Amino acid sequence: MLKKYPTVRYVLQRAIWYFLTFLVAIALNFFLPRLGSDPVDIMMAQSSFSSPEIRKQTEENLRKSFGLIVIDKQGQIVRDEQGNAVRASKLSQLFNYSKQVLKGDLGTSFKNKKPVKEIILQALPWTIALQFPAILFGWICGNLLGALAAYRRGVFDKAIFPLALLMSSIPFFVFGMVLVYFFGIIWDIFPAVGAYSLQLTPGFYLDFLLSAAYHYVLPFFSIFLILAGGQAIGMRSMGIYELGTDYIKYAKWLGLKESRVLIYLFRNAMLPQLTGLALSIGAMVGGALITEMIFSYPGLGMAMLTAIQTNDYPVIQGVTLLITTSVLLANFTVDILIALLDPRVKASLAMDAK
Amino acid sequence: MLKLLRNLIKEPMFVIGMSLFLITMIAGLLGPSLYTASPNGMSYARPSAEYWLGTDNLGHDYVALLLRGLQNSLYVGFMAGIIATTIGTLVGLFAGFKGGLVDDILTMFTNLFIVIPSFVVLVLVSASWPEGRSLTLIAVLIGLTTWPWTARSVRAQAASLRGRDHISLARINGATNLQIIFKHILPYLASYVFMVFIMQVASGILSESAISMIGLGPIGEGSTSLGVILNTAKNNSAITYGYWWGIFPAAIVITMIVFALYLLNNSMEGVFNPRLRK
Repeated sequence: MLKKYPTVRYVLQRAIWYFLTFLVAIALNFFLPRLGSDPVDIMMAQSSFSSPEIRKQTEENLRKSFGLIVIDKQGQIVRDEQGNAVRASKLSQLFNYSKQVLKGDLGTSFKNKKPVKEIILQALPWTIALQFPAILFGWICGNLLGALAAYRRGVFDKAIFPLALLMSSIPFFVFGMVLVYFFGIIWDIFPAVGAYSLQLTPGFYLDFLLSAAYHYVLPFFSIFLILAGGQAIGMRSMGIYELGTDYIKYAKWLGLKESRVLIYLFRNAMLPQLTGLALSIGAMVGGALITEMIFSYPGLGMAMLTAIQTNDYPVIQGVTLLITTSVLLANFTVDILIALLDPRVKASLAMDAK
Repeated sequence: MLKLLRNLIKEPMFVIGMSLFLITMIAGLLGPSLYTASPNGMSYARPSAEYWLGTDNLGHDYVALLLRGLQNSLYVGFMAGIIATTIGTLVGLFAGFKGGLVDDILTMFTNLFIVIPSFVVLVLVSASWPEGRSLTLIAVLIGLTTWPWTARSVRAQAASLRGRDHISLARINGATNLQIIFKHILPYLASYVFMVFIMQVASGILSESAISMIGLGPIGEGSTSLGVILNTAKNNSAITYGYWWGIFPAAIVITMIVFALYLLNNSMEGVFNPRLRK
């Protein structure tokens, strides 16, 4: 099938693989919170009710929203002879949950009764605006520095390498706390919390955008700098490896300009780094979400923290599912980029087609 | 072996890393039993002659807390590292050596659990254990979610050894698959597996501090970890009030262990991998 279009076939294959992974992620998202205690029991234990009837009503509604009890076609709860709700089997629970998720319904927040989707959609733009540039620029700058360190060696390498190693040993959130302490509290140069001045209402006008940019500086740098350090180390060892290869030696013998050789070196060492980015993007996003919590940045990290503190399971599950989904999408994108950029992968795809 | 050690000791990075590592290990193992201090009941007392690093929100001495936290963080890191390295090495060895269908299935599982963020799994499971969330539970969870990294790299190495002559010779001599894997492949990968183990310990310590930071850390008497110390300080707005002793010592200790482990790993890479040598 599609033998003539190896790239299209490859993209389709990857798409199917990631969709299956997504289904596994939904199943994990459903079963993992139920490994310990029953989430509904935990939530019920936190609230007090004026009468047992209201208590029962609330519990049934919760179980219904979690897909834990059997519901007939009219959306009514199916009851046994004693009037108790009939519990659904684990498998049909999973099926209900998956059906809901694929329809885009993530349930309702237990705490403020808002749809989880609404809470997530409110937080998502902030997270994307913070993390996407920080991870992208961190990756690019780190790789450039690493390639330079590998190429120059000597003093430059001796200074950059230990520094990069130290930077990558600092957890994102720890560095965030240090930045807040010095720049936000002691010297008071940048705001320490939030994403914009609270006197302003969000919108597209100059004052708000300036305020948002001003609040953006510290969280951005706390992700960017740490990430760049980690990438520089990986690129440095890739670069040193590539420097020993024949094509670089040949290019040098030909007397090519240094910048030209460096471009060749960078292009070839970059591909494994791109794969590395795909694999570690999950860890990066996790770390960056915690950075949001340090700065009370109103993104997904903050939404998740609030949900964890109040045991708001529908929101926790919604956010984790969204994180997994975006990590899968990022991986898919990188997979396709590699197929388009790497001549070796392209060649092997063409070989398979024959 | 001796020559290898001599080469390692010549590396300044190895010497610094090893010294830092030994200092933290000794402090973590012996510290909590040698140094004890009774709480003074003063919230966030400044560092003084009596309390070298001040006290926390409940008046506990920070030095004692840090030593205990260091011990617990090291415990989680090593436990997670051992679990992840064992599973990952076994999966990687079998997948790489066997090839074919076994390889396909094991690699599929490896790739599946690499793309599903372990952070997400940690959050989902920890959130459902409001009581009984112990250091061991968190360590086991981290170990069970991070093995694919080891499996992936060990698999690649094992696969490259599969076609070597000494493997074929062993096979002709009637060695079983298990014998070949453990006697003829694993020894070649020992240094590699050890380096991966070091990285797994480091990432275990980082993961634990991350999960503690969002309030899902270990609960219970004496299970304070470095992440829990930082989380407590953050929850009590230690940064906003300028109580630097609530954040910086713990931050420095975490960074120092991880830095020591990274230094060890990188210096070993330089010695074990001839290509990186000058």
